[in-house]
Amino acid sequence: MDQPLLVFNEKGIYCQQADVYIDAWKPVDKCIITHGHADHSRWGHKKYITHKNNVPIIKHRLGEIVVSGKEWNESFTINGVKFSLHPAGHIVASSQVRVEYKGEVWVFTGDFKTENDGIAEPFELVKCNTFITECTFGIPAFKWTPQEEVFSDINNWWAANRAERKTSVLFGYSLGKAQRLLKHLDPNIGKIYTHGAIENMTQVLRENYEFHQTTRVTRDTKKDELLGNIVLAPPSAHGGTWIRKMVPFVTASASGWMTFRGARRRRAIDRGFVLSDHADWDGLLTTVKETGAEKVIATHGYTEIFSRYLREEMGLDARTEKTQYEEEGSETSNKEENDISPGLSDPQQTKINEDEK
Amino acid sequence: MKDFAKLIKKLDSTNKTTEKVAALTAYFQMANDEDKLWTIAILSHRRPKRPVNTSLLRIWATEISGIPLWLFEESYHIVGDLAETIALILPSKEYSEETTKSLSQFILEIIELRTLPEEEKKNYLHENWLALNYFERFVFNKIITGSFRIGVSQKLMTRALSKATEIDEDILAYKLMGDWTPQKTTFKKLILEHNEEDYLSKPYPFYLAYAVEDNFQEDLGSITDWSFEHKWDGIRSQVIIRNNEVFVWSRGEELVTDKYPEFQKFLSVIPNGTVIDGEILPFGNGEIGNFNALQTRIGRKNLSKALLEKTPVILNAYDLLEWNGEDIRQLPFIERRKILDRLIQGINSLEIGVYLSETMSFNTWEEAAAERELSLEKRSEGLMLKRKDSPYLVGRKKGDWWKWKIDPFTIDAVLTYAMRGHGRRANLYTDYTFGLWHEGELVTFAKAYSGLTDAEFRQVDAWIKRNTLERFGPVRSVTPHHVFEIAFEGIAESSRHKSGVATRFPRILRWRKDKPIEEANTLDDLKALIPK
Ligand SMILES: [Zn+2]
Repeated sequence: MDQPLLVFNEKGIYCQQADVYIDAWKPVDKCIITHGHADHSRWGHKKYITHKNNVPIIKHRLGEIVVSGKEWNESFTINGVKFSLHPAGHIVASSQVRVEYKGEVWVFTGDFKTENDGIAEPFELVKCNTFITECTFGIPAFKWTPQEEVFSDINNWWAANRAERKTSVLFGYSLGKAQRLLKHLDPNIGKIYTHGAIENMTQVLRENYEFHQTTRVTRDTKKDELLGNIVLAPPSAHGGTWIRKMVPFVTASASGWMTFRGARRRRAIDRGFVLSDHADWDGLLTTVKETGAEKVIATHGYTEIFSRYLREEMGLDARTEKTQYEEEGSETSNKEENDISPGLSDPQQTKINEDEK
Repeated sequence: MKDFAKLIKKLDSTNKTTEKVAALTAYFQMANDEDKLWTIAILSHRRPKRPVNTSLLRIWATEISGIPLWLFEESYHIVGDLAETIALILPSKEYSEETTKSLSQFILEIIELRTLPEEEKKNYLHENWLALNYFERFVFNKIITGSFRIGVSQKLMTRALSKATEIDEDILAYKLMGDWTPQKTTFKKLILEHNEEDYLSKPYPFYLAYAVEDNFQEDLGSITDWSFEHKWDGIRSQVIIRNNEVFVWSRGEELVTDKYPEFQKFLSVIPNGTVIDGEILPFGNGEIGNFNALQTRIGRKNLSKALLEKTPVILNAYDLLEWNGEDIRQLPFIERRKILDRLIQGINSLEIGVYLSETMSFNTWEEAAAERELSLEKRSEGLMLKRKDSPYLVGRKKGDWWKWKIDPFTIDAVLTYAMRGHGRRANLYTDYTFGLWHEGELVTFAKAYSGLTDAEFRQVDAWIKRNTLERFGPVRSVTPHHVFEIAFEGIAESSRHKSGVATRFPRILRWRKDKPIEEANTLDDLKALIPK
């Protein structure tokens, strides 16, 4: 029997026919990159292929690299294998990778969400035979509410803090979540400030996307000017010295993990907003169904549970493969939502996120 | 119910005590008397009996949600709370109408539900689940399944009630003691009506000790200014004898008189107008026992005669706060002790169950350190240091009382099983089981889930996922490979543990990457640590 079109080896997801990797976790010659989060776009590949809007993002993160930028749906053929990138809706310029060879189609989602967030290019359903999917939130406890409701809560929260002359500090990952929040904050309430890591990334994105005006928090920023305004900060800023300037402040975090009552309390955050850049349970199931795939491979998240459900309840040929998305430890910088260690108040635990600042 | 759910949500979404008190106060000012009384009842752990067993709850919730039971169980394991899991997996609210039923109405229905046939129970739950929004549903489930753990102590609730009613906190605390239920009383009767006896049991705020710091000897001045005692692990308590009644208060300012019926004997030998500060200790066969035994006893609702005989307790008295009905806390420690010593020395300790915590004086720190070395032998946790001329202060104030504990026990053990954590750590294997060598095999001796940094947890987690031997539901057995140094506070023989040993507060001290598993300790090494 022929080797499967894509295999999982010790370096990443590999297409032997084309000699190309996707989101490899060890340095390789040629690698297609789904999106700019650190666990998917690693350092050290000789050549990168990604969506053109993702080029400035990974250059910002990885420095000078050899990279070729593609359009959505633009196909490129390597040794008879046809590749194309399709919006994954996860964060700005995040792609699914479609791979076709001799009439057989595979799709790798990278990370994805089905809701249109108003900034990332909306998720596109791609039919395929084999669907390789993330399932970060692959249990039925996760059900997202429409983002309009969440953003109205967030803006109300900000306005209420402003009325009490307190600074609102809202945590979100510097790539993706921060800009999604920025996009939907109401600038009529007050001024929007940013932590340096977020400001830098946002500046990079302004090349291709529109955002409200932001002001960087610097050494010279006065405590008084922050009062009543909002500061967007990466989770790692929580508990550090940087945040002390904001006193009196109220903190909130926007993440899918905020579904759990315990998560907010354990992180010692005042308020949790359930807002994720990943698909929820229904989003995952609907997508799997609609791709028409007969084979499904779950790569990261609650993989065992999710694939068992697909096998037993949906009669699909589903299995899991080990990847190093989200499993990587402290080496990873610039974490994303499925990372489990965003900003804790415990200084010992906060130190591992220093690299994000 | 709407308002109560909002209250719980508010309490749940803040870490600040002042905000919690403010939310509760506002609620107490606005709610009707029945709802107030039930709120007090629920927050003081007086919930109605569970009307439906939890396995039926699970089955019905999965039926409505259309998911298989195994998926519910997996989700439950990850979420970590049954009420929360059910609220999360149920389909979204069906009706747009808001519920108008009050909290007390819901609770009366839930009490009634207990007596109904199964089919009606199911219908009731189905209907109400789908009529409530997520948080109301969660609260509803909590009332049905268990107590609320939302970071609201009875003390905090009492403070809010005090603000709302302008009744003194200590008096309210007393009023809320005992075995009242909302069905047997009213808000007016329980809270508002004045009762002279309310003042009778009032305890003094406890003075709390700090752990000593590095090189503390230099800071404490002359050692002769200090009085030393051994510190045993028990329940810090105040015993009050007034008006021919005994009251026992625990440090959590909870009235626990009912838990210690043997202290009624104090009435025969200790005069009215006496308040003793001390430690309740397990005490069998003429010596101080292990805290585990006491813990089992505290956990029981009903104190059977057999249990009382099996786990006798004593009061180890170490301070006197009131004497002849007078508050003597301003007297120097040694003066208070003189009176206490005289009082207790005149009592037959063995018969009455009150002992004197022996005080010691030393001339050098070496002598004191030598005494501390005897702690293990004496089954104590170390020494207490009290300044001889100090008054009895309120709360945690640095300076006059210090704890000088012995170092924890440590042992090197091998990681054998791992389980996923909850909530934030739900993706990670962070709950570990450790084994020690015994006849060529690893015997489980302790579980621990704290002590590593997040970075270390992630490393161990990634390793576990690659080195799983077998899966048993959420638990995985792993290849014995990693050695961890485990610290614990206490150790005792135990027939309930496979290893024959129970340890207290085990936690991971460090990851011994330098040690191969062959160098981990043996079960015999562990047993050698048990105080003889
Ligand atoms: Zn991502």
